[in-house]
Amino acid sequence: MEWKIEIRNRKGVFNPLGSGVKKDILDLGISGVKKVNVSQVFIIFGDITESDIKRIAGELLVDAITEEYLLGTEGLAGQRAKGRVVGIAYNPGVMDPVEESARKAIKDMGIYGVKSLRTEKKYFIEGKITENDFRNICEKLLYNKVIQHVVKERKARRAEHSNGYKFKLITVDLLGADDKRLTKISRDGQLFLNLKEMAQIKNHFKKLNRNPTDCELETIAQTWSEHCGHKTFRGVIEYKEDGKRKIIDNLLKNTIMKVTSELKKPWCVSVFKDNAGIIRFDEDDNICFKVETHNHPSALEPYGGSGTGIGGVIRDILGVGLGAKPIMNTDVFCFGLPDTAHKNVPKGMLHPKRIMKGVVSGVRDYGNRMGIPTANGAVLFDERYIGNPLVYCGTVGIMPRDKSFKAAKCGDLIVAVGGRTGRDGIHGATFSSGELTHESETVSGGAVQIGNPITEKKLTDTLLKGRDKNLYTAVTDCGAGGFSSAVGEMGEDLGAEVDLEKAPLKYKGLSYTEIWISEAQERMILSVPRENLKELMDIFKKEDVEAVVIGCFTSNKRLKLRYNGNVVCDLDMEFLHGGIPRFERKAVWAKPAYKECEIKDKKDFTQDLLKILSSWNVCSKEWVIRQYDHEVQGQSVLKPLVGIENDGPGDASIIRPKFNSKKGIIISNGINPRFGFIDPYWMAASCIDEALRQVIAVGGSLNKTALLDNFCWGNTDKPDRLGSLVRASFGCYDIAKTYGIPFISGKDSLNNEYSVHGESIAIPCTLLISAISVMDDVTKAITMDLKEKGNLIYIIGETKDEMGGSHYNLINNCIGNNAPIVDAKKGLKIFNRISEAARLGLLRACHDLSEGGIACALAEMAFSGGFGIEAELKEAPYEAKSSKAKRDNIILFSESNTRFIAEVRKQDKNKFENLMKGIPIGLIGQVAGKKDLKIYGLSSRKIVDTSLDKLKEAWQKPLRW
Amino acid sequence: MRKPKVIVLRTAGTNCDNETHVAFKMAGADSELVHINELARDEKFLKNFQILAIPGGFTYGDDIASGKILANEIKYKLNADLKNFINSGKLVIGICNGFQALVKAGILPGINSGTIESTLSFNDSGSFIDKWTYLKKETGNRNTETRCVWTKGLKETIYLPIAHGEGKFIPRDSDVLNQLRKNKQIVFKYIDNPNGSIDDIAGICDTTGRVLGMMPHPERHVLGTQHPRWTREGLKERGDGFMIFKNGIDYIKEKL
Repeated sequence: MEWKIEIRNRKGVFNPLGSGVKKDILDLGISGVKKVNVSQVFIIFGDITESDIKRIAGELLVDAITEEYLLGTEGLAGQRAKGRVVGIAYNPGVMDPVEESARKAIKDMGIYGVKSLRTEKKYFIEGKITENDFRNICEKLLYNKVIQHVVKERKARRAEHSNGYKFKLITVDLLGADDKRLTKISRDGQLFLNLKEMAQIKNHFKKLNRNPTDCELETIAQTWSEHCGHKTFRGVIEYKEDGKRKIIDNLLKNTIMKVTSELKKPWCVSVFKDNAGIIRFDEDDNICFKVETHNHPSALEPYGGSGTGIGGVIRDILGVGLGAKPIMNTDVFCFGLPDTAHKNVPKGMLHPKRIMKGVVSGVRDYGNRMGIPTANGAVLFDERYIGNPLVYCGTVGIMPRDKSFKAAKCGDLIVAVGGRTGRDGIHGATFSSGELTHESETVSGGAVQIGNPITEKKLTDTLLKGRDKNLYTAVTDCGAGGFSSAVGEMGEDLGAEVDLEKAPLKYKGLSYTEIWISEAQERMILSVPRENLKELMDIFKKEDVEAVVIGCFTSNKRLKLRYNGNVVCDLDMEFLHGGIPRFERKAVWAKPAYKECEIKDKKDFTQDLLKILSSWNVCSKEWVIRQYDHEVQGQSVLKPLVGIENDGPGDASIIRPKFNSKKGIIISNGINPRFGFIDPYWMAASCIDEALRQVIAVGGSLNKTALLDNFCWGNTDKPDRLGSLVRASFGCYDIAKTYGIPFISGKDSLNNEYSVHGESIAIPCTLLISAISVMDDVTKAITMDLKEKGNLIYIIGETKDEMGGSHYNLINNCIGNNAPIVDAKKGLKIFNRISEAARLGLLRACHDLSEGGIACALAEMAFSGGFGIEAELKEAPYEAKSSKAKRDNIILFSESNTRFIAEVRKQDKNKFENLMKGIPIGLIGQVAGKKDLKIYGLSSRKIVDTSLDKLKEAWQKPLRW
Repeated sequence: MRKPKVIVLRTAGTNCDNETHVAFKMAGADSELVHINELARDEKFLKNFQILAIPGGFTYGDDIASGKILANEIKYKLNADLKNFINSGKLVIGICNGFQALVKAGILPGINSGTIESTLSFNDSGSFIDKWTYLKKETGNRNTETRCVWTKGLKETIYLPIAHGEGKFIPRDSDVLNQLRKNKQIVFKYIDNPNGSIDDIAGICDTTGRVLGMMPHPERHVLGTQHPRWTREGLKERGDGFMIFKNGIDYIKEKL
């Protein structure tokens, strides 16, 4: 019997969900809507009596104070027939997270007959709108066809998965395939393997005198995918720049990893090997950090894509060594411009504002439910992200020192733990290795999933208990590639056997291959010595976490899979992991020449400053930050928002992971794709400088600071894209090496292009540098808000004529050619002295200079602290290449690297200046009592004069959604 | 005297359990993290403890409604034990999700025990919000303190963060609200109401004064470095929330 229960708000109860939708409809440019109501529909199927269903509805599903329910179809639409009604449900195969928990609750009530439970959302839209408006509202706002559909009444339900699966071994005819056919097999099967790779596979099977099974081919495709294999970075590249040719054999080893191997920091525990980089924290614990991207799924389904992105990187931390406890998240996003006209959004893509709202709520709902503070991040905008947003998710973890390494042993059981396997996320690894097209949403829709954070939370709680009792020898997450990559990686040096029918499924009907490659979320693989199995299983059972033995590790270096006894895959591990042909690619880089910006000198720059503060990249991200729980776990020391009204832009976040210790962790990030327009080398240099600047600005030091690199690039099959990647990697090596900061982990996402009508749009080359730093005493931390009237304001570091890629140029609609460079030798001195000043307690406030230069930083410090500033530009250390370049606008807005503004008490003046000897500093002004920002130019004329209120309003307004 | 025994109850989706546990230990408790299954399966017993804390989180994903499935579970699995616990003079604190569960199980405000007299619903903003708020301790009409035993000697205004999407307190009707006032069951009010709660209510207690529920997180302000402006205003040894835990412990030491 199927019951339908509709829950709706009582009359007169304010419905914030409805009014949120109403607001979003206005954003679509549709103005006739008067009112929106949302109700939740539960469809419960099973042997349940009417009196039981009434108990379920009345006691469990409805809120007795604010809601009422309707049972069956009685008058559902009747009372609200005034407007239009639409019901939205999840597509078959998409997990409905409410099902599991609601069924548990019904069981708790002593009612056991429920066979299935699903939910729908019903929207009632009142007002004058056309049929076309209504369709637009539905398609652009209320549902996403990738995961949802409009409910058609009386349609047969749940038929999709009721059919069982009948085993039939499928082989793929490679032996008889010519090159054309091989290419077609790869494309049709969404394998994303090139011809050379397909031919290599064919040759391998030719020697075996048989064709591969579909499962074998999928396993190879997944293991060899760009996502898992990083073929570009590890391949051979012929690089040309300025007519010079250079062969680079393994870019990663020659740049990023080389920094680390040359620096040989004793506190680097595990780098570039495991799921995350591990460094020493204190006598007892290590900490680890990983940042991942989840771009393509987020483009198609922002909520599910970003949620599973954060869920995935959390599992990386759970699966590093023998597992670490996640203690902080960081999220960096890049979107198209939120004010893009709807007609300018390419076909098949969602509007940037909808993507942004979806991504933020996805991260919010997953991160908050996991109980991990999201305490650091950034949001950037550029029109070229419109077809391909970037979603970087990072997690920091802590683990006992002796739990930092893993080694599965022959004979250990393979245990799958956590969520069940379903048809979701098939082909995610290979999908992310291809370009997006307007057909991606239909072809690759299966790659998009909805996560269930509570499953992952339960998994986290229990897994760490098992770890602390030493019950398993290795663990890894099921990420891209699912079981295939997890078991394949763990058993690489051993061999593994798996009986696929043992994997717990969400529903019937999955083929053996689907089970093997499904990327269903919230699953981990453990390697468990047989004698520990019972004790481990008891831990999981105690907290209702599902765990099942699916196979064991062997010693024959073969990957053998069976389905009900039938062998469906029998691969040589050496071929699987070592058989991939190396990439040979061409790369070219030529410095682009942009039009020089002809910007006239002016008398007053107040309007320019307000404009920059209001620009999308600079403006306040409070709307995002407040939706994240950034202080759960109780360990935050510096929160993302600081200052007298808790709303100023902090430079970096600090947590203290142990309540009884003053030792802390600083997390920061550097990202600036605008510099990459001009030169990826200096963009990389600037990103590193920025991430380190932020660590220093909050009172940290370069000792025990490490970096992560995340490259998001266009299609690197194209020589110009690859050329800029090479150049950026060189920048990473040179600057990180001079600063003495090792890289410990990284990831690349190299196919961020969007093709429509045959034209390919690449994203701006985007490098995210994340920094993690151990701080010995968090009580020495410094925030950027001005603290006391009368204190002195210094600029530290030299300002140069480096306006290329600056925000000043942006508001003047140009790019320029002189991107900021980094002089790391000088920079090192500056960083170390500021650290020393912080340690000595000489800094009352400190802010790093980035977008918008001196002007923006002064404004931010002033309105965050609630104090005014009077400053003289002529006191700022300035290096002019020519007398022409000595101009107010350059000093105000240049984005030169390695600069800070510091607030120092008058009584500390001498101490501070003595400490800074040999470093370019300038005493430019004082903290004023009056709440104005006044800046005097080179000729002592007032060139900026406005109130803090105006500055803050300009900064806060754009994203006050 | 032996340390008062605190049970910090956790289940799927609880996520403020460790900091609550730490806050109680700092206040002098012998605190233990216990999964609800351990109680339901008779592996641990509520009666062996003197304070029950239900911490924040998203139990069971807050699916259906915040705290609802945990409330349902408490009602069906722990009801008698919990009633005995409260009736024997022991203490209960529900923070954020724990408050939501106590309200939805009908334990709070408990004017007529077991009936649903109020709820915690979606914030007016429609979204989750993490923000520090000033709370005024309710002193009642005749300047008499709330009957809550958890807040004795607390400053009149304290500063704690909220972090919730469903924290708007709504009593069933004006009768319930009047009863709450009359019985001095209103414990905390927001000074700058962040979620639209009726009468600015941030926390209430039951008619005994021994069961406290509040949306703001006292466990997130027990250390000086947790204050969002400690770099401006100076570092204090203890945060405002600490006293609440200390009061609970002192009460047990004194009375039981």
